[in-house]
Amino acid sequence: MKKDEVPQDLGSLGKITKEVCYVTDDSGKYTTELSNGWNVKTNALDITWEDIEQKVAAAKAKVLNKEASPILFFMEKNVMNIGILSSYAGFFKWQIKRHLKPEIFNKLSTKKLNKYAEVFNVSVDELKTMNVHAE
Amino acid sequence: MCMQSNFQHAQAAHCESGVTRNLLKSIGVEQITEPLAFGMGAGLFFVYLPLIKINNGPAIAFRNMPGSIFKRTCNSLGIKVTRKKFSSREEAQKLLDKKLDEGYAVGCQVGVYYLPYFPKEYRFHFNAHNLVVFGKKDGKYIISDPIMEQETYMTPYELERVRFAKGALAPRGQLYFAEKKNIITDDIIRQAIKNGIKKNVFDMLRIPGPVAGVKGIAFTGKKIKNWRNKFGLHKAGLYLAQLVRMQEEIGTGGGGFRYIYAAFLQEAYAYLPVDELMRLSHEFTRAGDLWRTAAVQASGIYKGRLGSQEDFNMMGDYLLDIAEIEKKAFKDLSNINRH
Repeated sequence: MKKDEVPQDLGSLGKITKEVCYVTDDSGKYTTELSNGWNVKTNALDITWEDIEQKVAAAKAKVLNKEASPILFFMEKNVMNIGILSSYAGFFKWQIKRHLKPEIFNKLSTKKLNKYAEVFNVSVDELKTMNVHAE
Repeated sequence: MCMQSNFQHAQAAHCESGVTRNLLKSIGVEQITEPLAFGMGAGLFFVYLPLIKINNGPAIAFRNMPGSIFKRTCNSLGIKVTRKKFSSREEAQKLLDKKLDEGYAVGCQVGVYYLPYFPKEYRFHFNAHNLVVFGKKDGKYIISDPIMEQETYMTPYELERVRFAKGALAPRGQLYFAEKKNIITDDIIRQAIKNGIKKNVFDMLRIPGPVAGVKGIAFTGKKIKNWRNKFGLHKAGLYLAQLVRMQEEIGTGGGGFRYIYAAFLQEAYAYLPVDELMRLSHEFTRAGDLWRTAAVQASGIYKGRLGSQEDFNMMGDYLLDIAEIEKKAFKDLSNINRH
């Protein structure tokens, strides 16, 4: 890529920091140039997050329908699966599968709820109600 | 209290080659630029693990195991490296504080999910990020993240959280630092360049099986042609988006890596004046350009502008072409070491 071809499409990262790119100058010698971002990459992130948002919405519907506990909602929201959640929260996978059932979740001790709340960066109250304000 | 090592923050294209360059500078080794570190550390890689899923998408990596660039570069230069993982969080912080007190800048492998200064859009459970801790100020750690233009800060809690991120390649508090080294001669650098090329030739051409190196790129190209029929347009689009995210993620990726490698070969020429290096640098630039063209094709598909089987065939063919270019370039590189 040549220096004057470096994309400057302002994306989410570009608002925080520019990226260093190795590029060639007029004589073909390598140098660096800063980029604000590239639409191709931003779009790849966008459709990935759209997919995640859809999963979160589906999880929320399930929780409201009493088919799953709020842990499912927060797990999807945090882009986790049972394996990752298990290692963060310190529960076994089979325990988490149980906690995903509303009737079991409603009987969880405060200590266990606290563990989930910390992993998801929310309060226990927010964990129970799914009432979280967007970051 | 304010402690500070000789370390100076500088931004880089890729986290690990940036951390390596910055740590080496802090121990007085001034000549190693980011491209030299990337090349000596044999940073170019490709692997596709079809049986594993990451974020419900294909597991594709354009980089080697975390830590390998730093390790290989320092080994080749004869610099002693200490690397440590921890089971205890207290111990992990204790050793970090001790080394900072002694005036070291310390590299850490971290997960990006809880990194407070990263944009939300980039926060996935990705655990192979690298940064340097080089001091403490007002109870916060001073952080040099090579992706950021400026140094940044983290509280002990925030740093502990990213050092003990969980999931695939969990860093387990891993830290590393290099011991002081007096003089690095041009001869040592020349040898380190040759070593790095040799290792990268091995990684890209000689790893057995179909999924790694240039064979892996071709393998992925062939698979992509089936994605439309196998997964349907929507999921196939998400898969391609994941390929592009891995390719062009923060800390750059497939396309960007080719350019760093091309820059490495140009810089290597100063130590090893073989004209072939300049020609091959050009080949890696060509491969990098083609990776970017492939990304544009992929985005046409995941944005819904393209979507026919023809479009998927073309996408796969780009990867097959790239595999050919890189195969030939690495074969020619393997002959450089005879000079």
